Amino acid sequence: MPNFFKDNADLMFQFENLNIEEQVGILENNYTQAEQFDYAPTSYEDALDNYRRVLEMVGDLTAEQIAPRSSQVDIDGNTLEDGIVHYAKGIRQALDELSAAELMGATLPRKFGGLNFPSTVHMMTTEMISRADASLMNLYLLQDIADTICKYGNDAQREEFIPQLASGKCTGAMVLTEPDAGSDLQAIKLQAYQDEEGNWFLKGMKRFITNGCADILLVLARSEEGSKGARGLSLFVCYGEHVKVRRIEHKLGINGSPTCELQFDDTPAQLIGKTKLGLIRYVMDLMNGARLGIAAQGLGIAEAAYAEALKYAGERKQFEKAIRDIPPVTNMLIDMRVALESNRALLYSTAKWVDLAGTLAKRVEELKEKGEPYSDDRKRMKKASGIAEFLTPLTKYFLTETSNRVTYDALQIHGGTGYMKEFSVERHVRDARITNIYEGTSQLQIVAAFGGVLRDVFGEHFTAKEEETVPTDLKKAADQLKTIRSLFVDAAKYVDDKDDRSVADVAAKELVEMYGFLHMGYLLLDDAQRDERKKLVANRFVVDALAKSRKNFEAIMSDQFSDLEQADAILA
Amino acid sequence: MNFNTVVMVKQVPDTSNISGEVMKPDGTVNRAKLPTIFNPDDKVALELALQVRDRFGGKVTAVTMGPPKAAELLRDCLYMGADDVCLITDRKFGGADTLATSYILSETIQKLGPFDLVFAGRQAIDGDTAQVGPQTAEKLGLPQITYAEEVIDLKEDKIVVKRRIDGGYEILESSLPVLITVLQEAATPRPFKATRLMALKNARTRLELEKMPETAAKPLDELISDYKNKGLYIQTLSREDLGVDLERCGIQGSPTKVHKVESVVLTGEEHKQFPATREGIGELLDSLIEEHFFG
Repeated sequence: MPNFFKDNADLMFQFENLNIEEQVGILENNYTQAEQFDYAPTSYEDALDNYRRVLEMVGDLTAEQIAPRSSQVDIDGNTLEDGIVHYAKGIRQALDELSAAELMGATLPRKFGGLNFPSTVHMMTTEMISRADASLMNLYLLQDIADTICKYGNDAQREEFIPQLASGKCTGAMVLTEPDAGSDLQAIKLQAYQDEEGNWFLKGMKRFITNGCADILLVLARSEEGSKGARGLSLFVCYGEHVKVRRIEHKLGINGSPTCELQFDDTPAQLIGKTKLGLIRYVMDLMNGARLGIAAQGLGIAEAAYAEALKYAGERKQFEKAIRDIPPVTNMLIDMRVALESNRALLYSTAKWVDLAGTLAKRVEELKEKGEPYSDDRKRMKKASGIAEFLTPLTKYFLTETSNRVTYDALQIHGGTGYMKEFSVERHVRDARITNIYEGTSQLQIVAAFGGVLRDVFGEHFTAKEEETVPTDLKKAADQLKTIRSLFVDAAKYVDDKDDRSVADVAAKELVEMYGFLHMGYLLLDDAQRDERKKLVANRFVVDALAKSRKNFEAIMSDQFSDLEQADAILA
Repeated sequence: MNFNTVVMVKQVPDTSNISGEVMKPDGTVNRAKLPTIFNPDDKVALELALQVRDRFGGKVTAVTMGPPKAAELLRDCLYMGADDVCLITDRKFGGADTLATSYILSETIQKLGPFDLVFAGRQAIDGDTAQVGPQTAEKLGLPQITYAEEVIDLKEDKIVVKRRIDGGYEILESSLPVLITVLQEAATPRPFKATRLMALKNARTRLELEKMPETAAKPLDELISDYKNKGLYIQTLSREDLGVDLERCGIQGSPTKVHKVESVVLTGEEHKQFPATREGIGELLDSLIEEHFFG
C-alpha cells in the first residue's frame, strides 16, 4: 500500500527528530486539555504518537486516493458558469475527504473544531498533500485564514467563522492582489466604507485570487478615504455569496486551483481587528504563514518529481544498462536527493521557530492574565519571532527555487518521454513554476531575508557551531563551513563598504544564499551525527555549497554588478 | 429513524503485496510474514453502512471473527466511524470454513441484535468464496441482496437496493431485517477521522488488556470496567460467551477439505488466426467445438 509518510524515510527522520517538547507543552496547556477533550494528548510522547498516527493517515489518503486523481484534475481544471465556479471532480472529492478526515483546521484550537497541532506537523501534512496534488494544497492551506481570524478577530467573529472553516463546510480565500497591486500591496485601491450605522461595505476589483470563489473571504481594502500607502489599509471578512466572480484564469499549472477575478459591489463585510493595521500587522503575519506553506508546496512537488525520476531511471535501459547507473544521471539524482534533504531540514527547522514564537506568545498572554511575571518569556518570544520572520522568506526562497531545479532535472532524466503528457513529470515542472512567484517572488524573499543576513542573526549560533567537535568523517565538512563563513563575512563587508544601494540590492541574493548554505550545512551536520547515511548527504551538500559560495564571493568581489549604471547602454 | 446495523468484516493477508518470504520452502504460506489489511469489499460494506447511518440515522456495529490481532481491524472500524465493535475470537474457532464461520457469525448477530440491517463485503480476497454472507443470511432466516451497488431508499419496514447482475442492474425491494453483500465499486471508503484516531487509539480487547502490565496491579475485571467507562473497551466474545456447539466450530465444524493446491500457469503454446469474415468466424466456432471449448 503506497503511503507518502511511510515511504519517505527522510520525512520520517525529520519527524522522529523534531524535538518540540516545549512548543507542544505550551500548546497543550501542560496537557490539561486532555481533561476536556478525549483526543487531546496526556504527555509529549502521547502527542507525538497522535501526530505520527495522523501523518500516517494523511500519507495513506494522499498516496492512495489523491495522487492517482491528480493528472485528471490537471486536465479537467475548473469551470465558470453563470458566475459559479465548479471545481474539478477530483478536487471536490479530495476536499470532501480532507474534511471527513478532519484536517481542515489542523492548527486551530479544539474548541472551534480544530486539532490544535503545531505548525511543524501542519507543514508535514502540507508537504504530503502537495506531493499528491499541488493544486489541492492551495485550497487546503487557505484554512490558515481561520488562524488570522482567530488571532485578530473578536469573539463573535471567531465563533461565527472558525467552526465553518475548521469543519471544511466552508472554504476560504485571502483576497489581496489587484491589477495594480501585486508585489506592491501598498497600492491597493479596493474601497471599504461605512454606512451611517457603522456597517462596512466593500467596493472594487481584485485579481489573481486563489480560490476567490470561496465561501469566506479575508479582504484587504482601503478604509481611509484619500489615503495612500500601507497605513490606509484594513482587513475585512465577508461571505462569498455577495461577491461576483468575473472570470477565472487559464494558467500554466496548478490547474485544479481556481484563480479568480472578483468584483465587490457594496459587499457587506466585517472589520477584523483595528483599522489601518490590515497590511502592516495582520496581512504580514498571514503572509508569513502562507509563505512557509508555499515552501512546503515546493518541497512536495519536488519530492513527487524526484520519486518519478528515480523510478524511471531504474527502469529505463539504454546502452544495455539502467540509466540510473550512467554517471551523469546518477549525479543528477544525488544532487536532487541532497537538495531535497537539505531543504527538508530547513523547512522543519523554520517551522519549529515559528512554533516557538507562536507558543511563547501564547504563554506570555496567559502569564499576563494571571498577573505573573513574563519578561523572560517575552524576551525569548521576541528573539524567536525575529528568527522565524528571517527564516520564513529564506526558506521560501530556497525551497521554491530548488523545486524548479529538481523538477527540471527530473524531466531531463525522463528524456523525450518526460516532455510528453503521458508522464506526470511535465505537470510537476508546470506546477513548480508558480511557487517562486506567488506569496512574494523570490526577489522579494531575498529583500525580506537580507536584513537578517546583514544583522548576522545566526552569528553567535554559527560561532558556537564552529567550536563544536565533530566526528572525524565530518571534520572536512565542518572546516568547509568555516571557509564559507569567512567568504560570507568578507563579501558582506565589501558590499557594506561600497555603500551603493543598487549593488547591495543585487548582491543581496549572493549573500542570502551563502548565509542559507551555512544554516542548512549546520542542520545537516547535526542530522549526520544521528544517522550514518546522513554523513554522505552532509558532505555532498557542503562541498557543493562551498563551490557555489566561491562563485557568489567572486561575483561580489570582482564587481560583477558594477555595470548596473550602464544598464541602458547594454539593453539598448 | 433509528436503524440498527451490523457489518461483518475480516482481516485478510494482503495478497497484492506478497514478498519473497511469504512462501515457505514446502510451498505453503507463511502467514506471519504476510502483511494484513482490511478486506477491501468489507471496508466498502462498512462505508456503505456508515453512509446509510448518516443518511437515515441509527447505529453501526462492526464484528469480526479472527485471531486476537484482528483487534487492529476493529480499531480501524472505530476510526472510520463505527459506533461499536466486537471481536469474536477463540482457539476453537481456528480453521473454520465458510459453513463454520457463518454459523459463529449468525450466532453472534443473534446475541448482539436485533438488527435491521446486516452488511458484508461480497467476498474476501483470501478465500474468494463469496459464501459467508449468503450462508449467514440462511442461518438467520433473513432475505438477502447480494452484489449491492447502492442503497436507494430506506424506510421503517423496507429497503430499496440496486444490485449488479450480468450485463446490467436490477432494483430490489426487501422487507427488514435483511442481509446485503456489497461490491467494491459501491463506494470509496472514507479516511479515518483524526479526532477518533487520537481518541480511540487506546481501545483494547479483553485479550489485549490481559497482556498489559497494568494487570499485575489490578484485577482484569476492574481494568475492563475502567476501559468500559472511558469508552475504550472492545467487546470480546469467546465460544463460551456465545454458547455455541463445539461440533460446529472451527476445523471440526468445517466439511471443506482442500484436496490439492495447484499453481496453474496459463501459457499460449500456439495461436491460430481467423479472418474477420463470415467464413472465418465459422472456422473459429468449428475449431472451438473441436477443442471442446463449446458443446
